[in-house]
Amino acid sequence: MIELKNVSFGVKDGNAEEQKIILSNVNLTVPDNCITAITGQNGGGKSTLMKLLMGIEKPTGGKIFYNGKDITDMNVTERARMGFSIAFQQPVRFKGITVKKLLSLASGKESDVGTLCNYLSAVGLCAKDYVNREIDSTLSGGELKRIELASAIAKGGDVFLLDEPEAGIDLWSFEELINTFLGLKDKSVIIVTHQKKILDVADNIILVNHNAPPELGEREKMLPKLAENETCGRLKR
Amino acid sequence: MDKTDERLLEQIAELHGVPEGSYNIRKNGESIARNSNADIEIVSKADKSGIDIIVKPNVKNKSVHIPVLITAGDFHDVVYNDFYVGKNSDVTIVAGCGIHNCGSGDSVHDGIHTFHLEEGAKVRYVERHVGSGDGSGGKNFFPVTKVFQKDNSVMIMETTQLGGVTDTVRKTTATLRGNAKLLVKEKLLTDGNERAVSDFDVKLLGADSSADIISRSVARGKSYQHFKSRLIGKNRCFGHVECDGILTDSARICSTPAIDAAHSDASLVHEAAIGKIAGEQLLKLMTLGLDEKQAEDTIIHGFLD
Repeated sequence: MIELKNVSFGVKDGNAEEQKIILSNVNLTVPDNCITAITGQNGGGKSTLMKLLMGIEKPTGGKIFYNGKDITDMNVTERARMGFSIAFQQPVRFKGITVKKLLSLASGKESDVGTLCNYLSAVGLCAKDYVNREIDSTLSGGELKRIELASAIAKGGDVFLLDEPEAGIDLWSFEELINTFLGLKDKSVIIVTHQKKILDVADNIILVNHNAPPELGEREKMLPKLAENETCGRLKR
Repeated sequence: MDKTDERLLEQIAELHGVPEGSYNIRKNGESIARNSNADIEIVSKADKSGIDIIVKPNVKNKSVHIPVLITAGDFHDVVYNDFYVGKNSDVTIVAGCGIHNCGSGDSVHDGIHTFHLEEGAKVRYVERHVGSGDGSGGKNFFPVTKVFQKDNSVMIMETTQLGGVTDTVRKTTATLRGNAKLLVKEKLLTDGNERAVSDFDVKLLGADSSADIISRSVARGKSYQHFKSRLIGKNRCFGHVECDGILTDSARICSTPAIDAAHSDASLVHEAAIGKIAGEQLLKLMTLGLDEKQAEDTIIHGFLD
């Protein structure tokens, strides 16, 4: 269980004296063994919330607890080793690092072709076409995004943070990808998304907007709230 | 050969003892072992220090090893090696030099290599430079490689220098005739106060000749690197030069590529990118459980591998 208690986050904007507040007094309890979707307006702080959970950013106020333990001051490496795994919204490319190498680093051991095949087929890629490819500019945006997801799966753990995993993924592979998320349901899966199809399989939804603190609730309770919200008009169906 | 010699040989030529095929092992200015055969003949030069390596026409899938070891301190070794590669032959040449210097004087190796590739000849030339020993004396290399390629010949040059070399200036010149191809892959790592200069001068003279020069380097500590290249296209040709450098600490890398299209159908490209390891790359690997140092080493290792 992940708890955020009075968490705030602000950034200094250039030379400005005052902080720009991104998130203010967030209080959330994210339960285990389910899928929690985060949705809401652009610029509302969804990706910031993911960064705070992974330890990439540190809250300017408040505390974060995981299974009762205060993890606020733990850095990225420590959280990764504790069982947090993240797939970034915009994955990075590496010259000279192959898909095989990245997935082996992620899983913490040299992986055989069969194991690599499991990771890659979960994201709709054929292992033999990809294992020896470098993660460089020869990969398309969609391929890179899938490999990013595969690296999070290979890394494993108890908490999966997936930031807009559907972006750049073609629509006809979407159902398979959703099955992959459902396959992680015995863990804590937190997905930033704008996709109705993903919201429909989420157990809980966190609505993040500019004017109100983030609110978490069961899907059935939250969907009507989304409908009331102007953001929902922009949700892709 | 003692343990140091064996270690150096392994590092520069991946050899465990004497190699198969033709070879010449040079230590502290003298040839200490040689095997010459009907396909690849090795002959000492009469007028100066060095050897002629003569690959007969149509010799396929053969190799020749010519490693150089320097274990004496305060020693300046100059060697002239000329390679004559016969028509339609296809060979691998493994050169390289290891300097182990425990003294206070500089040890220097100047390898002046000239390649004459006949029509249709194909050469893969592998050269590694290694410096070791904890003496204050320099481990310095000043190699010169001259390549003359006739029609339809292919030269693949793989040069690697991954630390331990105090000072190096590598000069490479090449002239290419019709449909000849040159591919250079340079890998370089400098640290401490080391300096490395790499200087290419390539002339694409023949129609449909092509050159692809790719340099990947990492500069650490206070080291300094300078990558220079001049690529001239004097016919319908294609040339590409790429210099990718990673900087850490307070190192410096300078890249000055020049491309000169002296023919209306010459197509020449250069790319150069130098900078620190991207923060996002380090972050990605840290989210997989690596600490910052491990992430940096992984990125550098992959980049140079």
